[in-house]
Amino acid sequence: MAEAAVSGARRPRATGATTRRLLTNRRVVLGGAVLLFFALAAIFAPLLAPRDPVEQDLLLQYVPPVWSDEAEAGYLFGTDNLGRDILSRLIYGARIALFVAVAAAAAAGLLGTVLGLIAGYFGGWIDITISRLVEIWMAFPAVLLSIVLVAVMGTGLHSVVIAIAAIDWTRFCRVVRAETMAQKQQDYVASAVTIGLGRARILWREILPNVVPLLIVLFTLEMGIAVIVEAILSYVNLSLASDFPTWGGMISDGRKYVNQAPWLMILPILCVIALVLALNALGDGLKDALDPAMRR
Amino acid sequence: MTGAPPRDRPILSVRDLHLAIAGRGRHTPILRGASLDIAPSEVHGLVGESGAGKTMIGKAVLGIQPSPARISGGSVLFEGRDVTHLSERERRALMGRGMGLIPQDPMTSLNPAHRIGAQIADVLRLHLGMDRPAAGARALELLNEVHVRAPERVLRQYPHEISGGMRQRVLIAIAFACRPRLIVADEPTTALDVTVQRQVLALIKRMQAQEGASILFVTHDLGVVAKICDRVTVLHGGRVLETGETRRIVEAPEHDYTRALIAATPRHDRPGDLLRPVPEALTARLNAEALAYDAAHGSHG
Repeated sequence: MAEAAVSGARRPRATGATTRRLLTNRRVVLGGAVLLFFALAAIFAPLLAPRDPVEQDLLLQYVPPVWSDEAEAGYLFGTDNLGRDILSRLIYGARIALFVAVAAAAAAGLLGTVLGLIAGYFGGWIDITISRLVEIWMAFPAVLLSIVLVAVMGTGLHSVVIAIAAIDWTRFCRVVRAETMAQKQQDYVASAVTIGLGRARILWREILPNVVPLLIVLFTLEMGIAVIVEAILSYVNLSLASDFPTWGGMISDGRKYVNQAPWLMILPILCVIALVLALNALGDGLKDALDPAMRR
Repeated sequence: MTGAPPRDRPILSVRDLHLAIAGRGRHTPILRGASLDIAPSEVHGLVGESGAGKTMIGKAVLGIQPSPARISGGSVLFEGRDVTHLSERERRALMGRGMGLIPQDPMTSLNPAHRIGAQIADVLRLHLGMDRPAAGARALELLNEVHVRAPERVLRQYPHEISGGMRQRVLIAIAFACRPRLIVADEPTTALDVTVQRQVLALIKRMQAQEGASILFVTHDLGVVAKICDRVTVLHGGRVLETGETRRIVEAPEHDYTRALIAATPRHDRPGDLLRPVPEALTARLNAEALAYDAAHGSHG
């Protein structure tokens, strides 16, 4: 009975310990901060953006950013070939990028997790069927497949989200399947079976919560991938009409004027890089920080 | 301690149980006609070396197909009802109020993702149909009964926050939660260190006496058996070599193997005495007997 007191003193609360581990992980804090920055920009875009992102001002084309000698007051990052405010377009672009990232990762995660749990838990022909499907799916070149999908469904945000989810559910499925198989071997599952819990209940209530830390990590990394895919699709004009401020579209437009106005291309590229790096760092950091808590 | 052999109708009766791993033309017997009876409120030790088939009997009693092995003959009667061929639904209905399990490894047998309180309450809600507040209150009571210190706090803790001994106490609380009539304890103290072992044994004994449950106590340790069991069955190579009252078995073993097992158990009254392993000649003789048994009972294979 003394041991309870000892262990209690050492680790007062699990949630507290996990939070502390998260907050002392540099990648989690840094990645999280950058993500928060973009998320706030996206959420409060109408309040933050100094101008309408689609409003053209043909008298103010190619205004360079504020650090240049020819900068115009009120145009922090300058304007593009049609005189649209770049800062406003970047802020609204974050909205689209993050919406696609969250929606696509959620859809891919949902599909992949359900199939992965079922394959890993039931095994046998169910596992063989799902696993072969995943392998065949993964044999298609991802970018090509997404372009074909969007081309078939028509452009638009929902098509982009569906295309990304339809391709990347396999990432979730493979990892969740493997983790479910590993969890299934654990004694707590054997105990749950013996105690008399039903299979569906064991899968959802006993195994799934132990897979959640992994899902959080996968979700974060998938968001990064979705940001890039969305940028690629809007670069080739398969996302939203070029009027809409997508980062990929801005890169695509900027490419044409890269000699006169390199910032048109460089600024959205920096945004993509910063957001994707932040998501990857956050995902890796979460992996380290969440692992020991769940695996003891 | 119940002195005499069980007078009442046994609560559990393992009859001539055969179990084997079969596949690809090979047939490896694990249990060779093992039988044992457990009376109501009896603590029955099942002793043997690893590979003797103790755990397999435990699984068969719980109605679980001990994969990859298969039951190839005999029966396991729990309150007169054969549990070897129950459907999953029937087996689940039997758990909780009928039978409970104290698992071997307390470190891994609790779900790391759920709080202790929820894990106890889940069993109560599942088998007794309690609502959430009632189950929570009963979980706290149970933790008190198994002498967990600061039970209110432990209810809210996760398994990794408490020690192995405490976790085993929680698992004992879960096993006794629905007042089962029979508990299978599968080496419940093996994974614990010696000082904690004693406390946990005392706890199991006390809970058993209080609830009046029978226990099938699977172990390789005759020292543990002597402390807790009323009767003992000695198993080797899936055969029952000897069965009887604990005191009689420990003080006047009839079978050479039981004698060898007792000699292999460390004793406080023989300090400095070296542990004597089971003689190889004896093991060889027992293995030969097992093979002879297989030859004579070819029909099971």
